[in-house]
Amino acid sequence: MKGRGLRAYALIYLLFLYAPILLLPIFAFNSGTVIAFPLRGITTEWFAQMWGNASLRRALFNSLTIAVSSSVLATCLGIFAARASTRFEFPGKGPIMGLIMLPLVLPEIIVSISLLVVLLSLGVKLSVLTVIIGHTLICMPYATVILSTAFNSLDRSLEEAAYDLGETRWSAFRLVILPLVMPGIISSLLMSFTISLDEFIIAFFLAGNEPTLPTYIFSQLRFPKQIPAIMALGTVLVLLSVVLLTIAEYFRRRGIARTGAKDTGGFL
Amino acid sequence: MTTPKSSTAHRASVAGAKPMIECRGVQKHYGDYHALRGIDLTIRAGEFFSLLGPSGCGKTTLLRTIAGFEDISSGAVLIDGQDMEGVPANRRPTNMVFQSYAIFPHLTVAENVGFGLRRDPRSRTEKAAAVEEALEMVGLKGYGARASHALSGGQRQRVALARALILKPKVLLLDEPLSALDRKMREQMQVELIKLQRQVGITFVLVTHDQEEALVMSDRIAVMFEGQIAQLDGPEALYARPTSRRVANFIGVMNFLPARVLGETADAVQIEAPGLGRVDIPMANVSRADPGDEGPSVGFRPEAVSLIAPGAQGANRVAEGVIDEVVYYGDMTYYDVRLDGSGSFDGKARPVRIAMRNVFGREVQDVGTRANVSWSPGSLVLFR
Repeated sequence: MKGRGLRAYALIYLLFLYAPILLLPIFAFNSGTVIAFPLRGITTEWFAQMWGNASLRRALFNSLTIAVSSSVLATCLGIFAARASTRFEFPGKGPIMGLIMLPLVLPEIIVSISLLVVLLSLGVKLSVLTVIIGHTLICMPYATVILSTAFNSLDRSLEEAAYDLGETRWSAFRLVILPLVMPGIISSLLMSFTISLDEFIIAFFLAGNEPTLPTYIFSQLRFPKQIPAIMALGTVLVLLSVVLLTIAEYFRRRGIARTGAKDTGGFL
Repeated sequence: MTTPKSSTAHRASVAGAKPMIECRGVQKHYGDYHALRGIDLTIRAGEFFSLLGPSGCGKTTLLRTIAGFEDISSGAVLIDGQDMEGVPANRRPTNMVFQSYAIFPHLTVAENVGFGLRRDPRSRTEKAAAVEEALEMVGLKGYGARASHALSGGQRQRVALARALILKPKVLLLDEPLSALDRKMREQMQVELIKLQRQVGITFVLVTHDQEEALVMSDRIAVMFEGQIAQLDGPEALYARPTSRRVANFIGVMNFLPARVLGETADAVQIEAPGLGRVDIPMANVSRADPGDEGPSVGFRPEAVSLIAPGAQGANRVAEGVIDEVVYYGDMTYYDVRLDGSGSFDGKARPVRIAMRNVFGREVQDVGTRANVSWSPGSLVLFR
């Protein structure tokens, strides 16, 4: 059959990508303390242990604070950027938009070290706040791309029509544009949240003494006793990521269907 | 509901009405591009006025300057006697129907129509009644609760009209409102728009590139080329007596033959044209040539002349010729006829197009047949 080799290749590729993730829940529910086959039995003990761990809860709280803040910030800034780039022409538009997209291609280690140097030389104390700044920076390109798509699919005369019907520029934006790009906004929030939640390098460099989930997990890997609990945590995180990304894609597609625009392909 | 007046009666009644829109020397520059080159225009209250021209002629720009979406570089726009300088679109007594209709997809039909009433102090029930009334006016009674993105093109058009008219503007601006509809729907909407305009009595300003649309609907038409008004006239005058070859070419089809001016009296110009011989053109039918034209020419519409059997004579003058080509359209047949002596000026053959309505019992002529063309001097227009 034609394309059989290609099909096998694709299958192996997918297996290589996702099989390790499938191991997470398997070992999270395994009653043995050693991460190895054969499996011993089913237990939820590791989930309980995970929840009972105070420093893990602190890391979780930090991570959620950072993810919520930086996704809201990145999305707000992304709205400005997307609106400016889709609606207006101004000098230096190309380079400015390029600059916003730059963190997408810059190695995160470079971004982290540069931020660290700048923040330290400014005398800023490393904390959750500095991680929020870093995460906002790396979430901006994603937010801008998602929101630009949303703004781009809008007919410009919609806003003019609202203005013509007696609304002010702001109320025309609020009553017509905002509801129509809302799916894009939600999609951007969820995407940024997910990116921030599992980001390691920036959090590692900029968090100071505050643990986030990824840095906490990394630090616990040295203790074999902790590994099953980490597996449980990993399971929860994978589940959360999948749910959030699915919701994000759902809203993106609904937005496209709503404005009657053509689907130009999203992130998923 | 008042009965719509006939076109002629309506035209006569608005001819003496007060000016509703006045453009005085309106200029618009976009960087180096000169979009409007001095527009002087008066549109009367209650008039159905069209801005007609090819794309890029500035007609939409002019409409948008009246709406307040574009600032003008110089000149003045007055609406109902008030200078609109510095008055933004949301405070002008105009409303617009957009080319794309700009129906808000996240709102229902009723919410769309009632959008402009948000700042209206009336009660909720009064507003709902106004929305229902507006929907009824455009033939969408009972559609209020529908989702607007599920509407057909014609229905969207009606919602856009109702949404604009509910605010009772002094002027309704329509930007190519029928261009997205199919032919049948377009013809139906043309008639409905005229009725609607007569009913509400609001001044309509329509932008279109479709000459037929402009001729059907308008009381007066301004033909625009390159940011200037080339001719402003009623539909009949525009069609029968275009003041330049360019306008004649843009509106319908016109045959052109080179002409020699032989003499001139107070009320006519005597010319000679190949195939037609010597003709006296009444002064009313004398127009100017465009800068690019090669000398004077005489023009006539394909349906202003007719094909008669060889040997037949009528009240009119007759030119003889040979049928070069026949195009059958069902209701019409177009004949391209080479008039005898049509090349007498410079040897170039210039077949003229003649449109004949196909009536029962009249046979369609064949290529190569000799035919007589009946014409009258009154149907000729001289461009010199």
